[in-house]
Amino acid sequence: MSSNVTSRRADDWLRDALPKIVLSPSLAIVLVFVYGFILFTFYLSFTDSRILPSYGLVGWENYWKLFSLRAWGIAIDNVLIFGSLYIIICCALGLALAILLDQKIRAEGFIRTVYLYPMALSFIVTGTAWKWFLDPGIGLQAVVQSWGWESFTFEWIKDREMAIYTIVIAAVWQTSGFVMAMFLAGLRGIDNEVLKAAQIDGASNWALYRRIVIPQLRPAFMSAFVVLAHMAIKSYDLVIALTGGGPGTATELPATFMYSYTFTRNQMGIGAASATIMLMSIAAIMVPYIWSELREKK
Amino acid sequence: MASNASSQVVRTGAGSRFVIYTLLAIFCLYYLLPLYVMVVNSLKPLSEIQAGGMMSLPSEWTIAPWASAWSTAQIGVAATGLKPYFLNSILMVVPAVAISTVLGALNGYVLTKWRFRGDTIVFGLLLFGCFIPFQMVLIPMARMLGLMGLAGTVPGLVFVHLVYGIGFSTLYFRNYYQQFPTELVRAAMIDGAGFFTIFRRIMLPSSGPIAVVCIIWQFTNIWNDFLFGASFSDFDSQPMTVALNNLVQSSTGVKEYNVHFAGAIMAALPTLLVYVVAGRYFVRGLMAGSVKG
Repeated sequence: MSSNVTSRRADDWLRDALPKIVLSPSLAIVLVFVYGFILFTFYLSFTDSRILPSYGLVGWENYWKLFSLRAWGIAIDNVLIFGSLYIIICCALGLALAILLDQKIRAEGFIRTVYLYPMALSFIVTGTAWKWFLDPGIGLQAVVQSWGWESFTFEWIKDREMAIYTIVIAAVWQTSGFVMAMFLAGLRGIDNEVLKAAQIDGASNWALYRRIVIPQLRPAFMSAFVVLAHMAIKSYDLVIALTGGGPGTATELPATFMYSYTFTRNQMGIGAASATIMLMSIAAIMVPYIWSELREKK
Repeated sequence: MASNASSQVVRTGAGSRFVIYTLLAIFCLYYLLPLYVMVVNSLKPLSEIQAGGMMSLPSEWTIAPWASAWSTAQIGVAATGLKPYFLNSILMVVPAVAISTVLGALNGYVLTKWRFRGDTIVFGLLLFGCFIPFQMVLIPMARMLGLMGLAGTVPGLVFVHLVYGIGFSTLYFRNYYQQFPTELVRAAMIDGAGFFTIFRRIMLPSSGPIAVVCIIWQFTNIWNDFLFGASFSDFDSQPMTVALNNLVQSSTGVKEYNVHFAGAIMAALPTLLVYVVAGRYFVRGLMAGSVKG
């Protein structure tokens, strides 16, 4: 009798605990491999680690060194130039294409497919295609010259001043279709009645979009901004494939800086400090966003 | 989607419709241009590219660049072509996708149908893990893989992708199961059905669409990954993206652009194929990954 009660109690306990038991391996993995590792790297950023982790604390020294390094200054300038152009152009182009596609277009499905396919490609593939297309020796410049316009030059990818813009070109090509899809989904969610009412009041198409439609796309703009900003900060593969960070260090970004200082220049402390700065800037964008998304859902 | 175009209200005249179609067509060309460049140049001899013929169709068609990229091109130290690396990528992607999807489904089920105090925080923790810059985990992960004896191996890469794939797969299933009527689950519980029975009999049969979304997303992401592949693989365990980059960046000998383009298409083909076959699900995954609705 009493053993029956205990076994039922055990059953109840198992019943209550089972969901948590199922969830716990994932939670444990994330706690160790995401948050534990973040703390570890954060700690390393205050140590004298060079080729291997070492645990002698040096205070803020790595951060002082980091911000006095020319390469890091270039990386920060570049990520600001690249990030802002990337976000602005993707949003402008994405919005324009979404509005155009929202005009009862025949073959809309096909066109959407064409605009979006670059999103399925690896940045290494994109980088390879654009690297040779922009190469002055065989790409666009050579082709236009062979067509007879012999003074035509387009050497941005070899030009220290302009190379960063070639990364914008390739990155916009890859992602703008995705931004278009986000805006298109936003456009399709807008209530037609409001538009009809405004039209009866004599609003022009232009005014309709500027006054009513675009303001209602705010959530889509927010999502696009967050996604693009976080992609810009994390950009790594595309630079590696397109310019390799060059010419010289002209297209260095924080992600390429971190990698080379940590793994090839054996300055792990400084590498860890640069990774920490990257995390902080992403957290500044993502945490409020995730927070508000999860609160709304409640 | 198409039924609710704002164009039901916004009317456009014939002239502006012509402009709209022209603009849309120009942008089709813009997006297709690199693909065209890759395809035509992978099918012509090197001399035609060097002579400034990148934009023209091959005057002499050849599949030699493809054969070379696949089985004889110099990758790093060995002239193996991309074939072994393609295989590495498949061996890496399949288990990583399968396991992270199953875990994501279970997690999503717990987080929506067996809620407990603090479950939103747990989900938030999982979710933020998707967006961290992975530079922040490279150093400890390299050590950890060494300790686990997985450094420089394909199973090591599977493990890494699994760990950082759980967040997204949980996100998909959680958001999907949230729409699923909880009453059905309650009723089954009252009938005495247990945790796994409910999952198998009630949740799984209706999880088809989200499973497809999740699998496609994970497949695309893991196949296309470069950072982990470059950080945690040896010469013989490199995934396709890393091998392609080595092929293109190798500075020895003549630059065989046509071989590079053929290799790039090979690296792109699996994800492109998935996109063409199941584009709808791909887009849903993208949207759910950004507009956490």
